[in-house]
Amino acid sequence: MSDNKKFLYVNRRAPYGTVYALESLEVVLIGAAFDQEVSLLFVDDGVFQIKKDQDTKNADMKNFSATYRALGDYDVTKLYVSKESLEARGLTQDDLFPLTYEDEDDDWAEKSSIIMVSADEIKDLMEDQDVILSF
Amino acid sequence: MLHIINKSPFEKTSFQSCVKHAAAGSTFLLIEDGVYAGIANTEISEHLAKAKEIGKVVALTSDVESRGLQEKLDGDIEQVDYAGFVSLAAECDRVQSWL
Repeated sequence: MSDNKKFLYVNRRAPYGTVYALESLEVVLIGAAFDQEVSLLFVDDGVFQIKKDQDTKNADMKNFSATYRALGDYDVTKLYVSKESLEARGLTQDDLFPLTYEDEDDDWAEKSSIIMVSADEIKDLMEDQDVILSF
Repeated sequence: MLHIINKSPFEKTSFQSCVKHAAAGSTFLLIEDGVYAGIANTEISEHLAKAKEIGKVVALTSDVESRGLQEKLDGDIEQVDYAGFVSLAAECDRVQSWL
């Protein structure tokens, strides 16, 4: 197995209207199975993917938002969210799912996976990656 | 005229262009990702305000609910189900889809 690489998945599209959000999530889960260091960035309309209260019962579409909650179990514990993208869309962190993971190095304490970032922090985050996949 | 918008105003400018070109008395129907144009207090609120001045702004309920936006829409936006969508299309003399 080659060295452990840093993978960043950049999510910029809203869920349901197109298939990008679901496809991205499926690639993340596949990638996580290969033991790399995976993190996700939600920017622009990507922030809508983790908007809470999604209810597809009248829409004939699969509600895949619960899968984001499972990411912690796949060792994907860093979900970066653009503050500015939320504000531009009339949203705050309270509008998002409270996504968490259990830290095995800290007695399995439940911690937030969501990390709010500014545009400048996103620049540094991207420069720090080995591989970037953008959806 | 019934104007139907199905894309997010933050991704494409179809909503903005539609509002710019819609005559007084038009009805705007937001479906699919177009429902994101109905959120209150966003960076495109001025375009939503203009649409409200021109005519009725309506959103398809199942698309609003799927995206978790029930509590986030502007208070003046009416919602319809698929039957309501059909009624709107039947009432208006013409329909234009802004993709």
